[in-house]
Amino acid sequence: MVEIVPLNKKWNYLRKILERSGPFQQETFEPSGEILEFLNNTCKILVIGAGGLGCELLKNFAMMGFKNIDVIDMDIIELSNLNRQFLFRRKDIGKSKAETAAEFINKRIAGCKVTPHFCKIQDYDESFYRQFHVIVSGLDSIVARRWINGMLISLVKYDDDGNPDVSTIVPMIDGGTEGFKGNARVILPTLSPCIDCTLDLYPPQVSYPLCTIANTPRLPEHCIEYVKVILWDKENPFNCALDGDDPEHLSFVFEKAQERANKFNITGLTYRLVQGVLKNIIPAVSSTNAVIAAICASEVFKIATSCYEYLNNYMVFNDIDGIYTYKYEAEKNPECLACSSKVRTIAIKNPSSMTLQDLIDYLCNNPEYQLKNPGLTTTLNGKNKTLYMSTVKSIEEQTRCNLTQSLHELNLSDGQELVIADVTNPNSIIVKLKFTDNEVEMY
Amino acid sequence: MIKLFSLKQQKKDGESGGQQKSTRSAAQLRITKDINELNLPRTCTTTFPDPNDLLNFKMIICPDEGYYRSGRFIFNFKVGPNYPHEPPKVKCETKVYHPNIDLEGNVCLNILREDWKPVLTINSIVYGLQYLFLEPNAEDPLNKEAADVLQNNRRLFEHNVSKAMRGAYIGNVYFDRCLNTN
Ligand SMILES: [Zn+2]
Repeated sequence: MVEIVPLNKKWNYLRKILERSGPFQQETFEPSGEILEFLNNTCKILVIGAGGLGCELLKNFAMMGFKNIDVIDMDIIELSNLNRQFLFRRKDIGKSKAETAAEFINKRIAGCKVTPHFCKIQDYDESFYRQFHVIVSGLDSIVARRWINGMLISLVKYDDDGNPDVSTIVPMIDGGTEGFKGNARVILPTLSPCIDCTLDLYPPQVSYPLCTIANTPRLPEHCIEYVKVILWDKENPFNCALDGDDPEHLSFVFEKAQERANKFNITGLTYRLVQGVLKNIIPAVSSTNAVIAAICASEVFKIATSCYEYLNNYMVFNDIDGIYTYKYEAEKNPECLACSSKVRTIAIKNPSSMTLQDLIDYLCNNPEYQLKNPGLTTTLNGKNKTLYMSTVKSIEEQTRCNLTQSLHELNLSDGQELVIADVTNPNSIIVKLKFTDNEVEMY
Repeated sequence: MIKLFSLKQQKKDGESGGQQKSTRSAAQLRITKDINELNLPRTCTTTFPDPNDLLNFKMIICPDEGYYRSGRFIFNFKVGPNYPHEPPKVKCETKVYHPNIDLEGNVCLNILREDWKPVLTINSIVYGLQYLFLEPNAEDPLNKEAADVLQNNRRLFEHNVSKAMRGAYIGNVYFDRCLNTN
């Protein structure tokens, strides 16, 4: 038993939950002092995004006994963030959100160690993400959500029967807000529905017919889209791609959109609308961020300590008119591209003599696969590689030389995953190569 | 409820597993499928400048009937990381006198923007593009001059199209020769 040090009253409120039984505890929960130890010293969490939700989350975790926190964000602080991203001050404008937030928390909460990462989530690979017990995301982009979702799914390892190994699952708690509405969800990659399973919850970006934009605009948004989609490429005013964060670009778009609006007698165009359309800005309300971040932080706490049942699996919050919350169990999509492609393992005895053609023959002749015209791709050193594809002439010609090469010569190694498309399957399948140790080979 | 951490094996190991071997994206899984199952009409061919990059390629359409027969039109496809949630970006690299394609190569095809759905594939877009050459549509114009001519004087439109494909000025715009010489 860990002795309670009287001086350290700091976590008394956590002890009441973690060191005593209670009527709402999870059945299997065993109260003990080791759990707080675990939170304080071992548990490592990653907060993705140091914006509206991120600031709230970092504050919550630091005050809940989590001491090893990483935060990743590629953005810099802007004036318009300061009303709700309360870890930042006017003097911080132009600095990294992740670094500034980490510095603030580390200075304010003794013993808490926040490690900042001023970069894109895509800059890190598996070995980075695998080190965390739980990941929390407060992202505003679907692309980024899907990327981290795919990353966490690829961390899951399977046993020989094809069942996921629970110890390789990194849970993700995802929070999102939009004005007075918000949601929080718990994702256990491969076990519970993932971001891609429920993609239809995110409405596709509003887009207007190109001919309306070009010839018959009726809304101020049409005028802004006109400058963005047609005029920008034509005039190329700054010799670069349109950047919604660059004030000069915004002014140009505003001016040209105004000209067009005048020409078509369209009213209602404002600079803010230009910003909104170009950056897809969703109005942010600080109280919604606080509520959603609190929910996410509680879920992380429940998962990390196993003290209560965690959210299963989706919760919505809305306080436009009174307060409304609702919880439901979203379902896994059996067709999901990201998480439902079962990984099958093929044992390879002699990777230095087995050629790619041999592997393809195996996939076509083996009763378990019976493929017809498989196209094979993989990822080598973080880059996509097409191994062979017979259906497209230009690809076939350029990849034909791979057929006679051995798996070793193609730099495929033990555990390599191949993506295989074939007419016999509605989705691509994933096959993992398992090299059985018949020969001692170093490379 | 799955208990995820038994406190006995609590340390997470960042090193195990060695180098990266998977990180497949949904876009990659889907585009592999789309490309492997490309079933092009005989008027279309495709080229991949880099066979390892299935996300960027060109589609060449040589219509064999309609106003644009014997022309050769190159389209550039860029498939983004959010595919198939979002449609690929498609631009026409050949300057063409066409009511639904502007002089910068923007294409007005509903499934490339407002009517895109994730169940659609690269093949669907190819059929859409092919249809644009068979049935240019004066009601949704991107090139308004061409659309007006198509609406009011079909013979003049036909004449302008074949003149433009041979390389000529139509009004004050020069169109490069784009005849299919094969
Ligand atoms: Zn899924």
